[in-house]
Amino acid sequence: MNDNFKKKLKLKVSAINNGTVIDHIPSENLFKVISILGLQKLKTQITFGANFESEKLGNKAIIKLSDVFFEDDEINKISLIARNAKLNIIRDYEVVEKRVVEVPDKVIGIVKCCNPKCITNNEEITTYFNVISKKPLDLKCKYCEKITHEDQMIIK
Amino acid sequence: MKKRDLISITDYSKEDYLRILELAADFEENPNQRLLEGKVVASLFFEPSTRTRLSFETAINRLGGRIIGFSDAGSSSVSKGETFHDTIRMVSNYVDLIVMRHPFEGSSRYASEVANVPVINAGDGANQHPTQTLLDMYSILKTQGSLDNINIFMIGDLKYGRTVHSLLMAMSEFENPTFNFIAPEELAMPEEYKLFLKEKGIRYFEHTEINDNINHADIIYMTRVQKERFMDPIEYEKVKNVYILRNSMLQNTKPNMRILHPLPRINEIHPDVDNNEKAYYFEQARNGVFTRQAIIAHILNLK
Repeated sequence: MNDNFKKKLKLKVSAINNGTVIDHIPSENLFKVISILGLQKLKTQITFGANFESEKLGNKAIIKLSDVFFEDDEINKISLIARNAKLNIIRDYEVVEKRVVEVPDKVIGIVKCCNPKCITNNEEITTYFNVISKKPLDLKCKYCEKITHEDQMIIK
Repeated sequence: MKKRDLISITDYSKEDYLRILELAADFEENPNQRLLEGKVVASLFFEPSTRTRLSFETAINRLGGRIIGFSDAGSSSVSKGETFHDTIRMVSNYVDLIVMRHPFEGSSRYASEVANVPVINAGDGANQHPTQTLLDMYSILKTQGSLDNINIFMIGDLKYGRTVHSLLMAMSEFENPTFNFIAPEELAMPEEYKLFLKEKGIRYFEHTEINDNINHADIIYMTRVQKERFMDPIEYEKVKNVYILRNSMLQNTKPNMRILHPLPRINEIHPDVDNNEKAYYFEQARNGVFTRQAIIAHILNLK
């Protein structure tokens, strides 16, 4: 890829004045991130793109949100599917703060319990897990007490 | 005051266990105490379990309480499509306590969140059955005089058998227990429980057959290999007849040793064991009534 093309690519994902840039999202999980954060309901300007080259991830997705700022609790929800995501907080076209996402101690909703006989898979009940290990990720269901391991994780 | 439920055995502390066992001894001495007079208890059995239901209903009757409920989901409004949430919400308006059994795991925990009265879990799928564990502990205490320094042999299905897992967790709260696990590889004690014992520095040994090793036992805890826990019926056929306890095997066992079984048994304890004084499983079931009286009294603060 030549430098000229790279510049053009950057222009496609235009800079924002104020807001948040979520970078280093695995491309395949871009739409799940959008759904978990409920971005489809926003009225402000959103730019997103996928399959950009990334040294860390091979390829990555990026989301730029004008005039949107997240609380830690809210943004940490995406840590389950975008472990290396980084946030750049933009004020006046300048990055004023960089943040990383962290796996929370509790996961409410988002993930499906791996146990087919769990009540949460048989009634309309929001799942609730206590995180018993962050790396590798192990989630213990509050209801059936079974552990959903990282490789069994299905995002609702 | 926060309501007191009994969903998992680990919800309770050693002090709770001891308090309940003390109450159980009191009810054994004097079973008819009308402490539930004027109270209504719901007995909700979304799947049939005759033994557990009759034990609970006897306990409630001996306490002078009244019972409403159903003995299988077919005779409740569940068959009309009512959600579990709505059934619990409605029943909890009527009664002072809910006793429930349900095939889905975690259903009791969820019910305890929905109901505004205490919930006792009488079994939620393969997950928990804490009143069984408390009656097992009461049986151990009665036959051994203490819950400390007990060598427990668990035999049979140690993988899916929820009773052995809960008993292991509860007995680990007491002084110097030793665990021996006898099971085929397919039904071995899961790693998470062995890890739990290792972390607590508790001794355990694993065996694949019943032989002289049982001569060290204070308690032999037999379990049934349950067909309904197997996804694959071929797997069940392979292991169902593996461990059968016979009278001839008990010759050199310790005089204080007693055999427990959560019942019903299929063939894992040969009937020739029944007349041996070390066979304790029927008395164990009788202890269940006193223990359940004690649990109800503890939860509703009746004594």
